[in-house]
Amino acid sequence: MSGHSQYTPKSGFARWLERRLPIISFMYDAFVAYPTPKNLNYLWTFGAILSFMLVAQIVTGVVLAMHYTAETTLAFDSVEKIMRDVNWGWALRYAHANGASMFFLAVYIHIFRGMYYGSYKEPREVLWILGVIIFMVMMATGFLGYVLPWGQMSFWAATVITNLFTAIPVVGPSITTWLLGGYSVDNPTLNRFFALHYLLPFIIVAVVALHVWALHVTGQNNPTGVEVKNVKKDTVPFTPYATLKDGFAIGAFVVLYAWMTFFVPNYLGHPDNYIEANPLVTPPHIVPEWYFLPFYAILRAIPNKLLGVIALFLSILIAAALPWLDRSPVKSGSYRPLFRKFYWVFVAVCIGLGYLGAQPAEGVYLWLARLFAFYYFLHYVVILPLLAKFEKPEPLPDSIDAAVATGEVSHV
Amino acid sequence: MNDRIAQKAPAEPSRRDILYIATGAAAVVAAGGMVWPLISQMNPDASTRALASTEVDLSAIPLGQIVTVKWRGKPVFIRHRTPEEIKAAEDVPLAELPDPEPDSKRVQKPEWLVIVGVCTHLGCIPTGKAGEFDGWFCPCHGSTYDLSGRIRSGPAPSNLEVPQYAFLSDTKIKIG
Repeated sequence: MSGHSQYTPKSGFARWLERRLPIISFMYDAFVAYPTPKNLNYLWTFGAILSFMLVAQIVTGVVLAMHYTAETTLAFDSVEKIMRDVNWGWALRYAHANGASMFFLAVYIHIFRGMYYGSYKEPREVLWILGVIIFMVMMATGFLGYVLPWGQMSFWAATVITNLFTAIPVVGPSITTWLLGGYSVDNPTLNRFFALHYLLPFIIVAVVALHVWALHVTGQNNPTGVEVKNVKKDTVPFTPYATLKDGFAIGAFVVLYAWMTFFVPNYLGHPDNYIEANPLVTPPHIVPEWYFLPFYAILRAIPNKLLGVIALFLSILIAAALPWLDRSPVKSGSYRPLFRKFYWVFVAVCIGLGYLGAQPAEGVYLWLARLFAFYYFLHYVVILPLLAKFEKPEPLPDSIDAAVATGEVSHV
Repeated sequence: MNDRIAQKAPAEPSRRDILYIATGAAAVVAAGGMVWPLISQMNPDASTRALASTEVDLSAIPLGQIVTVKWRGKPVFIRHRTPEEIKAAEDVPLAELPDPEPDSKRVQKPEWLVIVGVCTHLGCIPTGKAGEFDGWFCPCHGSTYDLSGRIRSGPAPSNLEVPQYAFLSDTKIKIG
């Protein structure tokens, strides 16, 4: 997709700069002239929405850090001070806390869109793996940030998650002590969590840059899964077409974000986090934030500590192997009748795991979680490889342009 | 041309090869030495290690009661067990236990059970005098422990940890 730049500097200064640092032509090629498949639906706007959320989280986070104190005896009160005394502090904190939820909502839609349309397939494997890395760093960042308010849920989330490392044979307890900087979650832990929570978003920015770079080398996938054949016929320039469409989608997304922030700011939070951390009392029912629930359900489903932890990490890492597990030459689920059915079962199983992760780990919930966790892995390692062998895909359109001309619409 | 180069090159490691390897090895050692402080700084600092032991006066704990003391930021349960409780703990057949350990191995004096009050599953604090065996019950994921703090059912893989402790006198112990 990349070729010789179409940008010609017009002013004297632009010509001077172009010879020394061709940044304007780089931006022009990436965000103006960049050819965009002309059949993209609104699921393709979540990349832009995610960029917006990343910036929103960094901006609100940096200003919150100016008022927050990472010290165990002061952290909880400093958050309350932000809510009560700091000008607009309540709005910034609620925007940041709910921003995390919106960020994860958008990333899940982005990931499932990629799974449906085969966006992980050749030649986009590296692009996909970079996405999995971003997702994992996001999870780490979300977890570290959740600990900072030093409420009961925060404290016990930190205890439970760092205790996962005690499952490692022999060296586990030493690793946990090293991670905590003490024998339990305490001031050194809070300090380093704050430092890392501030650092990781910038790591995300760096990996996002690679992700976007890889995207610009391979070009975007599209709902037909047919690669661009004729740039003139199949694509439109990024600006104004995608720019305006993304702008509209961001606007719609911000309406939801603002509604959550201003009308139900604590809906996704947990009331126990308004109790200051107490290392001697556990809340009876520890639940993570909603965006971690499916993985939490997988952890609890396995009645062995080490295997549970391994399953938890594998459930995320296995996504990186998707390009090699799904061998079907057809990219888009719109042309794969069997895949489509199993895809929606998989989505339902993921949502089911999310529901079960919020329930107590007992009785029928535990058995359902085991069944769903088993199916989750079955989908990756058995169903997807077999589908490629037995499925007869529907005929693909000759080109993106042909699909648009015949009015073919995707099944989503 | 390649043949000529091959002929010119000395057969065995040259002085240059040795210099390369020595420089590389020195660089690895130096890098390791520079990285070590960055790793080590994460371990418990001197102030945390200084508070690593606690003394407890047992005379104030009535028979049948559990007292929780904070040690290394974690709760330690000290249970003044009644003769019936001691007998119940001692009479459990080892074959019934997921993590077999006789009660005598877990106590220094049978009436004083001293255990770290952290569930060995994922680190919650179990509640005392609860659960099927009247020992402890962890509400997070349903692990039950008996009167000796041994795991009896649930996802926890092992018994509640017995910390290192010593009797300083008949009524005083030092934990840690």
